[in-house]
Amino acid sequence: MDNPAPLTPIQRLGRKPVAVVCVAILTALALTAIFAPLFFPAAYAVPSPLQYAPPSWAHPFGTDLNGRDLLLRVLMGTRVSLIVGICGAVVSLVIGTAYGLVSGYAGGRIDGSMMRLVDILYSIPRLIFILVLINAFNRSLQNFAAAHDWQTLVDYSSIVILVFSLGIIEWLTMARIVRGQVLALKSRQFVTAARALGQSHLKILLRHLLPNLLGVIIIYLTLTIPAVIIDESFLSFLGLGIQAPHASLGSLLADGAAAINPLRNLWWTIVFPSAVMALTLLALNFLGDALRDALDPRR
Amino acid sequence: MAVSAAFMVAYLLRRLVALGVVLFCVVSATFFLIRLSPGGPFDAERKLPPAIEKQLLAKYKLDGSLWQQYSGYLGDLVRGDLRLSTKYRNRSVNEILAQTLPVTLALGAAAFLVATLAGVWLGTFAATHHGRLGDTGAMLAALLAISLPSFVIGPLAILIFALWLGWLPVGGWGGLSHLILPALILAAPYVATIARLMRGSMLETLNQDFVRTARAKGLRENVVLYRHALRLAILPVISYLGPLAANLLTGSIVVETIFNIPGAGGFFVNSILNRDGFLLGGVVIVYCALLVVLNLVVDLAYTVLDRRIQLDG
Repeated sequence: MDNPAPLTPIQRLGRKPVAVVCVAILTALALTAIFAPLFFPAAYAVPSPLQYAPPSWAHPFGTDLNGRDLLLRVLMGTRVSLIVGICGAVVSLVIGTAYGLVSGYAGGRIDGSMMRLVDILYSIPRLIFILVLINAFNRSLQNFAAAHDWQTLVDYSSIVILVFSLGIIEWLTMARIVRGQVLALKSRQFVTAARALGQSHLKILLRHLLPNLLGVIIIYLTLTIPAVIIDESFLSFLGLGIQAPHASLGSLLADGAAAINPLRNLWWTIVFPSAVMALTLLALNFLGDALRDALDPRR
Repeated sequence: MAVSAAFMVAYLLRRLVALGVVLFCVVSATFFLIRLSPGGPFDAERKLPPAIEKQLLAKYKLDGSLWQQYSGYLGDLVRGDLRLSTKYRNRSVNEILAQTLPVTLALGAAAFLVATLAGVWLGTFAATHHGRLGDTGAMLAALLAISLPSFVIGPLAILIFALWLGWLPVGGWGGLSHLILPALILAAPYVATIARLMRGSMLETLNQDFVRTARAKGLRENVVLYRHALRLAILPVISYLGPLAANLLTGSIVVETIFNIPGAGGFFVNSILNRDGFLLGGVVIVYCALLVVLNLVVDLAYTVLDRRIQLDG
């Protein structure tokens, strides 16, 4: 490990054109989604008689069933999808890292049964359970928020619930990977030394093991974000995630798919949301792959 | 080393017990999540007189304490009775599932076959063309397929193949032509996942001595690949079949919605929207039972295929 000045992972990443392009696309998408809606006329966001107008200069992406500008809807949807994706991935990261750390560090029987649980959870349809969970808790949260006069929470309760429940289902891979890393790290000398110095288990976990795991955690964060976005869109597509009048890319796709009919071809309601979603997911996945390569010491 | 029969039976028994425990947990969790969520199944309708509401609750066995309801439900489940749907009046959950589950299973089975066969072939192809154009192309296609979920590709595919080209029906259920597009779209991401797994393990296997021996004997390349190397290289794919089945069942909900296929998925979504507790519970329980049993089968197949694996768990 004492080669003359090995490249840092960030430097190696900078040499990959794919990764640079992906970062550029994602930054541009995020900035557009955040700032562009501020410059739209207010009338574009509310229903108008202009139902299903094809793309034109006034409405580059056309309009939807209620005559709203589809470009604005797509931008707002991208905003929601990105926020849910990032927050959900962070929740899953916290759960998965904690679980993997404990499992790998404890070892033996505890490790065995904790990983057995992960195996079992892998093979049951988690998303289906989450649907039941969201259904069970959304109203409770709304009632709770209403009782405390938190109007914002009432409006966004479905998003908050989504973020947490998606975090709850996407932590399994993270847990497995962190556990594997901990198993490899914990027999290293610096851990033995820390233990010999009488440091507490908690301190060894947080001060010695966790910093060594950051690289792996960051890679899987970038790979979890698209997974959470897909899950969120899955739920919204079925009408069980983001509720109208809010939109996410998934609910826009659902609107587009519902508008399919052989008589009138409303291609813009499908093509534009699909394209933005595809671009987001591809950029995130390619970036995650490039990160994985950049941090892999064997390459 | 052959696994002794007694050991195998003990393993099977242990797994069956674990299977029972998992199913019990699934049933209990589902029941309490549904019963404890606010709002009853009859809330959406106009206000019912108390006497009628009481009768309704009694008919659907929603009266009594939570514990009585729970134990009653468990008892009915053991007898194989999934109870009545509160939305689709006069239809039992058993009846609804008997009509819709075969459709879902047909779609799932078709996608399962496509995913495993195409995935194994594509992965082997990529491994044998390692580092060349075929490999890069196949892995790029795999990344594309993994990144794009069915609800992005599905409507686009309908737009292209059904509306513009007119080759395939827009949706619905009937002959083989109705199955092609949904099954392919449902299978696509898993073709890619399996191809990636297969490529990795095939690359490792092809470096091993027994493959070199087989080649040195002058066997044809296809025989070396599919008779010798594949047997070992396919093991990671086998262990992925359990999660694959879970993903396909979940994914079929969306695909059924996109293509208007009358499977169990649509009823599942509606049962959530309608607060139709027993239908929801029935679908969840049947899905989980299917998957848990399938996982056991996969694990057994794994041990039969690879005798070197020690059974444990």
